[in-house]
Amino acid sequence: MANISFARGLLCGAAALGALAGSGLSASAEEMLNIYTTREPGLIKPVLDEFTKETGIKVNTIFIANGLEERIRTEGANSPADVIITVDIGRLAAAKDYGVTQAVKSEALEKVIPTAYRDPEGHWFGIALRGRVVYASKERVKQDKISYEELADPKWKGKVCIRSGQHLYNISLIAAMIAHKGEAKAEEWLKGVKANLAKKPSGGDREQAKDILAGVCDIAVGNTYYVSLMLNGKDEEQKKWGQAINVILPTFEGGGTHVNVSGLALAKNAPNKANAVKFMEYMVSDASQQIHAELNSEYPIKAGIKIHPTIASFGELKADNVKIAEIANLRKKASEMVDKVGFDQ
Amino acid sequence: MIAKTQTAIGFSPRTMARGIPWWLSAAVAAVGLLVVLPVGALIGIAAEGDAEIWPHLIANVLPASTIDTLALLAGVAIVAGSMGITTAWLVTAHHFPGRSILVWLLPLPLAVPTYITAYIYVEIFDSAGLAQMALRDLMGWRSRADYWFPEIRSLPGCILVLSVVLYPYIYIAARAMFLTQSASMLEVARTLGASRIKLFRIIALPLARPALAVGVSLALLEALNDIGASEYLGVRTLTVSVYNTWLNRGSLAGAAQIACVMLAFAVGLILIERYGRRDRRYALSPKRHRTVHPVPLAGGRGWTASLLCALPVFMGFILPTGFLLRETLRGGLVDQFNLDFLAHFMTTIGLSVIATIVVLVIAVLLVSAARLSKNSLTKGVLLAAGLGYALPGTVLALGLMTPLVGFDNLIGTVWRHLTGERLGLLLMGAAGGIIIAYVIRFLSIATGSLSAGLDRVSPSLEDAARTLGASRREMVWKIQIPLMRPALASAALLIFVDCIKELPATLLLRPLNTETLSTLVYTYASRGRFEDGSLAALVIVLVGLIPVIQLVRSAEARPKVVADNTDLSGTASP
Repeated sequence: MANISFARGLLCGAAALGALAGSGLSASAEEMLNIYTTREPGLIKPVLDEFTKETGIKVNTIFIANGLEERIRTEGANSPADVIITVDIGRLAAAKDYGVTQAVKSEALEKVIPTAYRDPEGHWFGIALRGRVVYASKERVKQDKISYEELADPKWKGKVCIRSGQHLYNISLIAAMIAHKGEAKAEEWLKGVKANLAKKPSGGDREQAKDILAGVCDIAVGNTYYVSLMLNGKDEEQKKWGQAINVILPTFEGGGTHVNVSGLALAKNAPNKANAVKFMEYMVSDASQQIHAELNSEYPIKAGIKIHPTIASFGELKADNVKIAEIANLRKKASEMVDKVGFDQ
Repeated sequence: MIAKTQTAIGFSPRTMARGIPWWLSAAVAAVGLLVVLPVGALIGIAAEGDAEIWPHLIANVLPASTIDTLALLAGVAIVAGSMGITTAWLVTAHHFPGRSILVWLLPLPLAVPTYITAYIYVEIFDSAGLAQMALRDLMGWRSRADYWFPEIRSLPGCILVLSVVLYPYIYIAARAMFLTQSASMLEVARTLGASRIKLFRIIALPLARPALAVGVSLALLEALNDIGASEYLGVRTLTVSVYNTWLNRGSLAGAAQIACVMLAFAVGLILIERYGRRDRRYALSPKRHRTVHPVPLAGGRGWTASLLCALPVFMGFILPTGFLLRETLRGGLVDQFNLDFLAHFMTTIGLSVIATIVVLVIAVLLVSAARLSKNSLTKGVLLAAGLGYALPGTVLALGLMTPLVGFDNLIGTVWRHLTGERLGLLLMGAAGGIIIAYVIRFLSIATGSLSAGLDRVSPSLEDAARTLGASRREMVWKIQIPLMRPALASAALLIFVDCIKELPATLLLRPLNTETLSTLVYTYASRGRFEDGSLAALVIVLVGLIPVIQLVRSAEARPKVVADNTDLSGTASP
């Protein structure tokens, strides 16, 4: 019995490996582009398909959520990586620090992307923005304005939900708070938020909306695009979570709403460098920016592109003035602060 | 005892064989090198960093996460341990309604990956999940504040999830133990009028202790290395601390240092497992093979037993599988079954089969070498084979990456000098890296199983062969390998299931455009659409079921085989 299934399995295995090797060989003859991404490639597939259709360049992807930079760095001179796609300033800055990126000089990119959202040396470029905002219960929260500072106000005691403080979205938010208020005040604030939590941080941003629907808490912290994904997705349950909340765009006192970028970088040893630059420039074209905005409900980086109607309904985004590069520098401090106040405990 | 007798008589294959051929020693040494590779690399990475992060870790991270880790391990040991032992004892010592089916169903949760069960439990039991929403509709409650419901995203929730998936490790080991040993003692105790409870306490528990050690330590290693379930359920274990240090504080060296500390925990668990296995070897005298005669439990007692055994099956298998089936049908996910899906399926099977075969070949080599010559080399390598299982998948993959790429770059550089062309990466560019990771990770399952299988074989058989002038080669091919065959089969099945379920190392080491079923599930989950991955998850479970059922079949057939044939056959349970 076991022998028969072994033989069959061996055949399957040989066939699979053969197919793998075959695809590798046949692909080498045509124009190629290898993308290493920390974002699930399904999210950008329509953009990739459009790029292939327009240029004839075949796109290969690998999705690695954690360890992408390590892998490219280890692969070194022979790394097949051409373009790195990732979210959060922390990871873009880390890629540069790791030495796995190289500078790109491109007028097309520099013209479209505001200086605040790209590396001054051209090691990374933001292609879309997301806000870290407040989800408020439609039923139980009447106010339509809030500041990040107010999350620590005792009036919200037992009413706040948030995912793990160590998640990179929260690390960046806390880093921005440190940039605004200094370390001591930011720590006070974080302690205050911790004291207001309705439950131990867990789950993702969508689970926080779910908890609001369930009545576990009244307000929660989450990213803008999740709301659109919940409301416009095909899952009926998630629609209910999205319908239970209003989005309030919070601001720092004397500042704006905390935004973060999703972005691109050219890999240091890119074997298909010309194709890679072509792709990076394509990502800020009107067509791809439009698809991207519709598909992922992020704020397009390019002026004049239509924002997704659900996102637009939150009101006008006034992005915070803290330099995104400064946030990157404060991340380590923020992460240690989360441990220090026992935020996740 | 056996070993002692041998030395006393001075006539055993171990003492007779004067060493092993040089090529076998070289092969054993090469395997040893391979298995310590990732650990060596890990220590290397850890040494690169300074102690800068430790004051912070000691003040703010380690106390809490060590407590959480220990609480998680203790909880899983208690919950999964009692589930495994109780059910194994009930189905072995008693007759009750549904027993014959439950014997088949109890090991099945083994086929469901932990991270999948965690996601499903959150979908079902979370604040606005199916269970609570149904309760609200029923009772007319409006808000979470109106009633109490256990919180699934919590430490107890995590213990529950891990336990219902991992209890089969204990169940399988304990059942094998009860089946092969307790008959005579049990009957004597029964004749002397011991009550059922007393039987369990004075016979079953002490007998099961070695099995408990083996099963619990395997389950705890899995729990220790889990990252998906604990992170999602909000439990801050040491593994989660490794991730935070690495990803948020950009300190791979610091993360590697914590991982080294965790390795100490894991080595402790392995030693416990070894200890349990050693005991079992002595206990498993091939002479005692009478099977336990189950005594019926009448009326309410019988139904209670049915319920006790059905509950873990329901929670660990029926509920998750049912949920996946519901989502697959509800979401019309059968449409996902296209050529791409088929290709991912073939990749999964292909990688798992190749890795399984490589593991078995290496394991046979190691175990035979150890049997022929018990020198410190073979002993050390057998022990080191356990290291792969002790490392979290991501840590193993990170440790492997440097040596793999080093090899690739060496070949690439030579190639470029010779031809002037760019070769790319050989192992990392194809699936070689994944297969090597699987081999290192799961080697100890095979060596453990084969050693146990071979230890049960009386050395007198080899002594006889030796006296009749058999060469070492003949001893291996004509005696050891045929005798190892049942153990080989069960090891192969377990390794195959584990390869199919493996996620973190696969994720980090796979080449471009390559997906396995588990990375597919992960991809959907990271999009916040876990339900969309239900078809892939369901296929993982179904493929995993085949070997698990096969395993049950051989385990359940064992008493008969033993009775029909000789003292020597018998499958080593994992």
